[in-house]
Amino acid sequence: MSYVIAFLTGGLICAAAQLILEYTKLTPAHVLVGLTIAGAVLGGIGWYEPFLKFAGAGALVPVSGFGSSIARGMLSEIKRLGWEGLFTGAFEITGLGLAAAVVFGSLMAVASRPRD
Amino acid sequence: MAANLIGRQTIAFNGLPRLVSAYTIVGRLEGQGPYRDFFHEILDDDLVGQKTPEKAERHILEKAVNEALRHKGLAPQDIQFYISGDLLNQVISAVFSARSLGIPFLGIFSACATFAQGLGLGSALLQGGFADRVVVATSSHYQTAERQYRYPVELNIQHRPTNQHTVTGAGACVLSLEGEGPKITHATFGKVVDMGLKDPNDMGSAMAPAVFAALEQHLQDTGRGPDYYDLILTGDLGRQGLKMLRILAERTGLSLDSRLQDGGALIYGGNPKTGAGASGAACSAVMALGFVNAQLQAGKLHKVLLVGSGALLNQLTVQQGDSIPTVAHAVAIEA
Repeated sequence: MSYVIAFLTGGLICAAAQLILEYTKLTPAHVLVGLTIAGAVLGGIGWYEPFLKFAGAGALVPVSGFGSSIARGMLSEIKRLGWEGLFTGAFEITGLGLAAAVVFGSLMAVASRPRD
Repeated sequence: MAANLIGRQTIAFNGLPRLVSAYTIVGRLEGQGPYRDFFHEILDDDLVGQKTPEKAERHILEKAVNEALRHKGLAPQDIQFYISGDLLNQVISAVFSARSLGIPFLGIFSACATFAQGLGLGSALLQGGFADRVVVATSSHYQTAERQYRYPVELNIQHRPTNQHTVTGAGACVLSLEGEGPKITHATFGKVVDMGLKDPNDMGSAMAPAVFAALEQHLQDTGRGPDYYDLILTGDLGRQGLKMLRILAERTGLSLDSRLQDGGALIYGGNPKTGAGASGAACSAVMALGFVNAQLQAGKLHKVLLVGSGALLNQLTVQQGDSIPTVAHAVAIEA
């Protein structure tokens, strides 16, 4: 059942983003950044956490999950360090994902070639 | 008034410069379209063994010129001027091709109208007695254009239905007052038109008014009706821009019907991958030098008006929220 919920909620977030792309003049960059910020704000005020518990990967995998992880890492670092946490916290949880994206992206770029 | 200027914007070439030799190269996708039999060469690898698409583009441009020369047994030193342009910054593909060709080089830019502009300028050089032979060539490449104007293809950004797919290809021709081939009779150089449209994903709609203005001016200057021509081939409005042009024409009572076609709307034959059709400096070159040239020589078409249209935007002006200036140049070609 948790797979079904994850599939449906993740799909709904992506479908909403696709609708924004189809029916507005916003670019993929706008949508990407917008979803990240939305996730960060919701994560910061504590609303994303219950959604994560309900939807699992469906809430974590879309880029809004990335945004909420930024907020979560920042909050925990602020508790640990004080205001410096604002600067160290953004990559606390997301660092792994970012590094993996860079490393695997680079590997794929070496191994493949773009075409029309 | 200048002897060869008729009306306000049209020049007439009574010396009748001829299109004596042509060579067209297209990429894989264009080679799957309905016009594939008209192109001289179809690439099976869009990178033609080069390391980057930019290197590939200049390679095919150079090859198209060399082949156009070779077909008539000409060498670069037989040519007085090489008029060439492409879509990249500082018309860099044309520059690199000119570096190895060693012909006096005139780089030009009018985006997708570059080829029509080159035909007009080359003919003027011949008509004025400034040259015996000139080469006009343009190129574009899907991957280089995406990288420069939009996003690198590696990002795999979704395209909109009004997006146009840049043609991978190159077209080159030799113009001369002597020899056999279709004659270039008139050129109408257009003004820059900007109706305030800002959507870089719909350049066809932005360009339609410029095409209409150039077309109307050409007909007015020459005193001709649209029915003088067997084919009015615009390039490249795509399906969206063509629709807008038809609306503009209908509003002013200009009857263009099926005589009006657009190279960008035709070349891919409705391949869903290509949005509203094609664009790119190579598109009107390969359609004119491949399709139109062959039809004129075969006697299936007699009088053709080629109207090149260019969206003169760059990435910076789009990011800064500017609207899209556009231009169109019309060139009349007869068998």
